[in-house]
Amino acid sequence: MLAYIIRRLLYAIPILIGVNLLTFALFFVVNTPDDMARMQLGVKRVTPEAIQKWKAERGYDQPLVWNSAAAGGAKLTETILFSKSVRMFVGDFGRADDGRDIAREISTRMGPSLAIAVPTFVLGLFAAISFALLLVFFRATALDISGVVLCVAMMSISGLFYIIGGQWLVSKVWHLVPISGYSGGLDAAKFLILPVIIGVIGGIGASTRWYRTIFLEEISRDYVRTARAKGLPERVVLFRHVLRNALIPILTGVVVVIPTLFMGSLLTESFFGIPGLGSYTIDAINAQDFAVVRSMVFIGSVLYILGLLLTDISYTLADPRVRLQ
Amino acid sequence: MNGMALQPVVLWSDALLFVLIAAIVALVFWARRQDALRAAWGRVLKDTMAMAAATVLAVFVLIGLLDSLHYRARLPAQPGAEARYAVEVLSALDALLSDLRQRSEKTYSAPLATHLFAREALENSTQREFPRLKHGGAHLGADLAGHEFDIAVRVSRGCAGGLVIWLLLVSAWCRWRGVAVVEMLKVGVGGPAIRAVLLTLLPILLLFGIAIAVGGGYHVFGTDKVGQDVLYLSLKSIRTGLLIGTLTTLVMLPLAVLLGILAGYVGGWVDDLIQYLYTTLSSIPGVLLIAAAVLMMQVVIDTHPDWFATAAERADARLLALCLILGMTSWTGVARLLRGETLKLRELEFVQAAQAFGVGRFAIMHRHILPNLMHIVLIALVMDFSGLVLAEAVLSYVGVGVDPSTISFGTMINTARMELAREPMVWWSLAAAFSFMFALVLAANLFADAVRDAFDPRASA
Repeated sequence: MLAYIIRRLLYAIPILIGVNLLTFALFFVVNTPDDMARMQLGVKRVTPEAIQKWKAERGYDQPLVWNSAAAGGAKLTETILFSKSVRMFVGDFGRADDGRDIAREISTRMGPSLAIAVPTFVLGLFAAISFALLLVFFRATALDISGVVLCVAMMSISGLFYIIGGQWLVSKVWHLVPISGYSGGLDAAKFLILPVIIGVIGGIGASTRWYRTIFLEEISRDYVRTARAKGLPERVVLFRHVLRNALIPILTGVVVVIPTLFMGSLLTESFFGIPGLGSYTIDAINAQDFAVVRSMVFIGSVLYILGLLLTDISYTLADPRVRLQ
Repeated sequence: MNGMALQPVVLWSDALLFVLIAAIVALVFWARRQDALRAAWGRVLKDTMAMAAATVLAVFVLIGLLDSLHYRARLPAQPGAEARYAVEVLSALDALLSDLRQRSEKTYSAPLATHLFAREALENSTQREFPRLKHGGAHLGADLAGHEFDIAVRVSRGCAGGLVIWLLLVSAWCRWRGVAVVEMLKVGVGGPAIRAVLLTLLPILLLFGIAIAVGGGYHVFGTDKVGQDVLYLSLKSIRTGLLIGTLTTLVMLPLAVLLGILAGYVGGWVDDLIQYLYTTLSSIPGVLLIAAAVLMMQVVIDTHPDWFATAAERADARLLALCLILGMTSWTGVARLLRGETLKLRELEFVQAAQAFGVGRFAIMHRHILPNLMHIVLIALVMDFSGLVLAEAVLSYVGVGVDPSTISFGTMINTARMELAREPMVWWSLAAAFSFMFALVLAANLFADAVRDAFDPRASA
């Protein structure tokens, strides 16, 4: 198993290099730093000096991949490719446009992001699986059919509606919780409860339907019939047999998400004013702070690859028959 | 030269949309000759829920198509001069809705209101009052006592109009099939699906009737910040939603099908390369990849203003580029699915037999693999549609959606949410955008479900 994990980690390297090259191409080759400078400075202030200054401030005044002016190894290192892209591998993300260190910013913003993402994820998973089991227990009855229709209706509603509607109803009409904001410690609960509930409700339609399909597929198997023939009550069949055997397809979809919880949610965080990574990203996109967007792309893919690895490992925990080699 | 009354304008997105429609029509004719496909579509056509959803979708598509016939109106001719055309690009829908389009107010007004939403200092008066609307309720004159009564009359007139048209439609259908109307509605001649279509048409026609009757004198959904009619904006948004939902898949499909089948069938280093490609792409969080690509596209468009003759063309280019980017970032899932399925098909007897007969690789992929994957492609196509319509709103919120001048559900929501903090709240733009989006996405989801059930042999269990 250890050998497998090491091999998978090694396999991640070419993928990360690919991601890195892709972002490099997107941000520096499709548009030269001069183009970006011109757009950010606006039409009025564009002078060759202003462009040079803008580039120098951000360290974009180097050649793209090959610095013939430098000596020795510096021919490769004093380039944009090395200083902006390759250095991400060692956790050096450089500075944002406001001069702050991106790596530091990320580590302080991770907490608030997780404070929303983890409860939303856990509660959402629990709620969706319980609902799906309920629908499967009453399968092919009016309850099941209306449940499925409700799920389809709920997944047809825009995520923005849940957030805007929830904020309006709970904060503006009922005055139960503050409309947005964040604070550390236990005080955070009053800011977090609404976004978490909205996150759970917004996601429950699609995931309930997905789990219901998995359970229904499992329930038509022979071992379920055997369990029923033994005289086990339907409750036991569902929880002991169906739920356990459905774990593999469930894990496939779920575990890969866990590391990316660090990234936070763009919409929720920006609507509720949570100082997490999601709002950091969205602010960067709006301010066209390319350094931050680039860093988030890289971190996002690292976390995704980690998620794939965790998925494989979780299989062995859920199903002893699975051997990784 | 005298010149035509209007000059047709074909935007790139219009052309692609009509190509897409032509392709679908061609596919329908082709599918009619294929037994398996005809059986599967037969199941969809018999499904009442699917047919009701399809009816709603058809109405949306019709509005979208009307909005894709673009033209430039001719300016009043100077004698002896060449015919000149307006800069503004309009569509057939704009022409139909010219009343709604032109009757704009000064700023916000609530649905069915007669006065503006905000107080203003009036002339000849020291007090600040709610000014009357220029168009909403203008026919009432000074007498506002009849406001509610007038609306009630208009609603009932609209309902009556819708009902009459619906009855005409039903009786025309019944005469054609040679059955009594009552019998048709009771048992549904020609299958319950036909009855579902007709019954779905009833509320749609009623809503249209009400919208026309009430919209003639009021702003049904109110007006937005610059006084534009919200109903008009909602109807215009439909085209953008449809375009993003369909053109994106059009971009994605060839890539996904080609690479998926190649990876699965050829194997070896080709498989490794394609797998590497899609793992790399899919490892980047979707929104971020789209955001990065859109930001870069904006820089390209902004630094080359000379590429586009009109603002409409530039907005259109941005819309197409967004579809392209969404397509390029979303082919990975389908390609993975198709690769897996091809791996299974490759080992089946009929493919092995073809190999034994010495049929070439590409002929096998084309003749034997591809037709057996078509159901996955179709399911992916219809399932993706609703997700893309919803994604457009989110992307516009993030700031990487369509051009701000393009009317879409996303831009409507984005401009309206700025006003949420107002007291009392300006809710109607949001409500209209969300309701239209909900109707479109729900219909698409229900239709997609029926298609999946009909085509996917596993799901029918």
